[in-house]
Amino acid sequence: MKTLLIKFDSVSKSYDARSRKALDDITFEADRGEFVFLVGASGSGKSTVIRLILREEVPSSGRIHIAGKSVVKMPSWKVPYLRRGIGTVFQDFRLLPNKTVFANVAFALQVIGKSRAAMSTLVPDVLETVGLAGKEKRYPNELSGGEQQRVAIARAVVNKPGILLADEPTGNLDPTTSADIMSVLEKINRNGTTVLMATHDGEIVNRMRKRVIELSDGHIVRDVEQGTYGVAS
Amino acid sequence: MRAGFVLSEVWSGLRKNFSMVLSVVLVTFVSLLFVGAAILLQMQVGQMKDYWYDRVQVSVFLCPQDSEATNCVDGEANDTQKKNIEDELKSSELAPYVDKVYFEDKGEAFDHFQEQFKGTSLEGTVPEDEMNESFRVKLKDAEKYDIIKESFSSTPGVEEVVDQNQLLDRLFGVLNIATVVAVAIAGIMLVCAMLLIATTIRLSAFSRRRETGIMRLVGASNSFIQLPFLLEGVIAAAIGASLSAGTLGLLVHFGISGWLQSQATGFSLISGLDVLLVAPILIAIGVIMAGASSLITLNKYTKV
Repeated sequence: MKTLLIKFDSVSKSYDARSRKALDDITFEADRGEFVFLVGASGSGKSTVIRLILREEVPSSGRIHIAGKSVVKMPSWKVPYLRRGIGTVFQDFRLLPNKTVFANVAFALQVIGKSRAAMSTLVPDVLETVGLAGKEKRYPNELSGGEQQRVAIARAVVNKPGILLADEPTGNLDPTTSADIMSVLEKINRNGTTVLMATHDGEIVNRMRKRVIELSDGHIVRDVEQGTYGVAS
Repeated sequence: MRAGFVLSEVWSGLRKNFSMVLSVVLVTFVSLLFVGAAILLQMQVGQMKDYWYDRVQVSVFLCPQDSEATNCVDGEANDTQKKNIEDELKSSELAPYVDKVYFEDKGEAFDHFQEQFKGTSLEGTVPEDEMNESFRVKLKDAEKYDIIKESFSSTPGVEEVVDQNQLLDRLFGVLNIATVVAVAIAGIMLVCAMLLIATTIRLSAFSRRRETGIMRLVGASNSFIQLPFLLEGVIAAAIGASLSAGTLGLLVHFGISGWLQSQATGFSLISGLDVLLVAPILIAIGVIMAGASSLITLNKYTKV
């Protein structure tokens, strides 16, 4: 039996007892190499799914397995090792303004104790992949929004994680730049990384025709292969 | 690689929060100065005790001529009385407490008196014949003086039993009060230092929350994220501790070894060497205090 990369089993999450559940009995699986869009209105629970995978939160009930390991039962000292296998990008890039492109990407390796030698091969490789070769010495404020997001993607995947989580990665970008970012994500997906992307961008979802999981009020209302953003379209 | 990274983080943290770090250094410096002073005072007391208890004796003064003391109604102590006193000092009851007994006659007493008051107006005021004869008793345990005093309180021929330690005890009392005051001030200052370190670490963690956020996200271990902050507090406290040790060293070297020793000959005083013993204690206190308050703060503010 092969182990699924991401496995949610009857997962519920409420942030406090009185408010309604952010997630209510969610069950889904994602396999190695899949590309999954997570869609739904604001507050539907997309970000909670991402936070649960990263174990920034623990579920109120249910089981979550990442690469066969139970995230719920994981002791907190093991959490960093879980996160080394997961890359994450956000709408707001989260780059360090006082570091160059190279240093921003290398930072992710530096803080998990990778050698300088590893950095000098891995960082140029990943910058090549995201299309930033030749811009290693730039600072974030000298780059366009799309370029900054590429740096963030490079940082997320430089350690070759099995999973890439993207929380509205195109939220701050214009349609053309968004399309470029999507092609970068697709390229990374083709290399075998499972991509889970939460988004509001219907145009992108409709064009890509990948698996779509739609959340509404904490429930999964739709889970289809080669889906579209809205049921009607 | 990792060590280099941690050190560069520490350095940038120390530079960014310079004024806070400086205040940690100063508060640690002052608080440990008091801790060090308290320890040195106690060392001084101990040293003086060793020195004096070794020498100072209980004096059993015998009745001179014309004494008005109740035990001296028979006039000057006679040979029978002296024999009785000596026998009692050597009796099985007192022998366990007594180390040595030495009889000082009028001639010796006169010589000591002349020597003690040499050059003062008292020199030569008392003739040799009016001197007290005395038994000088050295005790095995200098603190058991009361036993001797009780034993001779109503012995005929004994004018007075004087414990020369009593004088010292008063001095030790003063030194002990000074120690308590120093410890109390040190305690308050150490609490200040701990709170200040906690605040500094919090500020430092806040100003670097972007970095630490990314570190957590890419899977840096908790200890790796916290280490630079911890070291920041510990280094500041260690600098403060070293400054206080250095200051104590200078004070002792110039103030006590230099000046006080020349004023008070015959006293055994602490020296710079004693400060060398105290210095590691101060640095250890500083480091442990800073480490503890940093860890408590960090566990609150930089959780995974």
